Amino acid sequence: MKGKKWIKAVYPAAIVALIYLLVTVLRQLGIMNGYYNQVLMFAGINIMMTASLNLVNGFTGQFCIGHAGFMSLGAYGAAIVTGMLFKHTDSIFVFLLGLFAGGLAAMAAGMLIGLPSLKLKGDYLAIVTLAFGEIVRALLRLVKPIGGARGMIGIPGYANLGWILFFMALTLFLLRNLIHSPFGRAFIAIRDNEVAADAMGINTTKYKMTSFCIAAFIAGVAGGLYAHVISFIQPDNFSFTKSADFLVYLYAGGSGSLTGSVVGATLLTILPEFLRFLADWRLAVYAVILVLVMLYRSEGLCGGLELPFMRIRRKELYEEPLFGKKEKGKEGQA
Amino acid sequence: MTYFFQYLIYGLQLGSVYALLALGYTMVYGIVGMINFAHGDFLMIGALGTYFIAQAFESFQVGSTYPMLIIGLIILTAMAGTGVIASGVEAIAYRPLRNKPRMIALITAVGVSMFLENFPRALPFIGPNPRSFPTLFQAKNIDLFGATITTTQLVMIVLAVVTMAVLYLVVNKTKIGSQMRAVSMDKDAASLMGININKVISITFFIGGALAAVSGICYASAYPQVDVYMGSWLGNMSFVSAVLGGIGDIRGAMLGGFILGIAQIFATAINSTFGYAVGFIILIIILLVKPAGIMGRLVVEKV
Repeated sequence: MKGKKWIKAVYPAAIVALIYLLVTVLRQLGIMNGYYNQVLMFAGINIMMTASLNLVNGFTGQFCIGHAGFMSLGAYGAAIVTGMLFKHTDSIFVFLLGLFAGGLAAMAAGMLIGLPSLKLKGDYLAIVTLAFGEIVRALLRLVKPIGGARGMIGIPGYANLGWILFFMALTLFLLRNLIHSPFGRAFIAIRDNEVAADAMGINTTKYKMTSFCIAAFIAGVAGGLYAHVISFIQPDNFSFTKSADFLVYLYAGGSGSLTGSVVGATLLTILPEFLRFLADWRLAVYAVILVLVMLYRSEGLCGGLELPFMRIRRKELYEEPLFGKKEKGKEGQA
Repeated sequence: MTYFFQYLIYGLQLGSVYALLALGYTMVYGIVGMINFAHGDFLMIGALGTYFIAQAFESFQVGSTYPMLIIGLIILTAMAGTGVIASGVEAIAYRPLRNKPRMIALITAVGVSMFLENFPRALPFIGPNPRSFPTLFQAKNIDLFGATITTTQLVMIVLAVVTMAVLYLVVNKTKIGSQMRAVSMDKDAASLMGININKVISITFFIGGALAAVSGICYASAYPQVDVYMGSWLGNMSFVSAVLGGIGDIRGAMLGGFILGIAQIFATAINSTFGYAVGFIILIIILLVKPAGIMGRLVVEKV
């Protein structure tokens, strides 16, 4: 039993390391070019975004459709630290400090928007988060020192595939542990039935707030990484379309499943690139595939499934509840 | 003061576009309980459709405009076409998901919206380039309290208000209207009373699509340029106005649309970026004071 636990703890890390090694070797051999590498980096960032959105939408049962707003704050926060404040210092610590600052900025915004609006329910919360994302975008366009609508250039390209895989693995590890802690159970309780959770003595507002803040922090870090990959950011990069992308990754992959977030974000980041041979028809075909997935597998590709190392012992947590049909239908409305 | 009236006129014009589109959002939400993110694209289909239909009627053109009868015909054809597409979308994409969690339908709507934008974009005879919208009416300027209102603006505002009034009567006074209200209250009970729910929902989508086409014509007459992406931000703003007024409530959608349109024009006069954000700021403030919007009633959750 003990040996098994040890393997369980190590092999996710080993998989990530293997992916990294494989990509490095393939690049050295010239089979993979920079383009594939960049697609993989975006996939990693999208996984972080989707997993953090999953914490709010999939596990806490809230409705956030403005996640790109947090990402933009993280991107700008990080870019200000590395590209403006410590412009002449070229060090890993500056990069890490930038990412942390970006995360904090996003988290502060999460708190600001969460405090008043978590009293709202369902669709009204959704629309407030949408409004938040758009307001952030409009405000960023107004601030001249960070480039206004033209955007910010000259952000040092610190991030590479290694860093992104590292942060992605860290995110997934932390989220997995969080969700299976008593803290995370509270999130799931709120998702399944908020009134009952309240009655059981869970401070629902506090937990919803916490879930929001953690997700915002992760999204901020992901945004920071994004800024350091493309080294040019612009408020319009983080429009509602971007938020909708993350929602699509989340629900196509399967909400309430971290594996689903990974699968959804990876597949749907690669798919549009893979479809490039279709030229103009690319996005239309992508949309058709998406609609078909939702029609024929509404719970998402990995809905209700979780890879073994993404769950901790409590297998029954993911199994259908005895009288489950109705409860499941309520998911996402609560 | 002159500027005030001038801005007010522009605001009413934009507001009527928002209000017409918001009606579709609010009706679909009231009846099916889903946010139809593809609704903005029905506006685009309506406007593009009008463009092509007007081209087909080119032989009737007198100068650069059309006779009244032909304009009516063009508008009605565009409304019917968009309505058919809207109810087709419902039948293909939304109906199978009716009993699934609402978020699933929302994601499907995002997919449908992507399809509706990118399919015409890929079609060779439509393509991604913006086109200039034909002048349907010969515009004449009328002086009003020192401000200028063109006949086009006047006709569009009147058209919007009349459409809303008709819709209000349809929903409140006719048989199909009372069926709609019954379905929005309780689908199962309505079904037991012998109401064909699928039919009612199809008709709702049809009406929503037709209204979106009218709003597309209004928008394109004011800002005469149509392209395949025009619906997406207009859709977002109208969704905001629907929520602002209290989603699910028809009067709320009209009120929200006009408030948002007027506020946006006045704010744009100060700063163009701020003009875009002001709608969202108003929305957040109103939701904090009245969590269900101006006209909406908060449903108390029963345990």
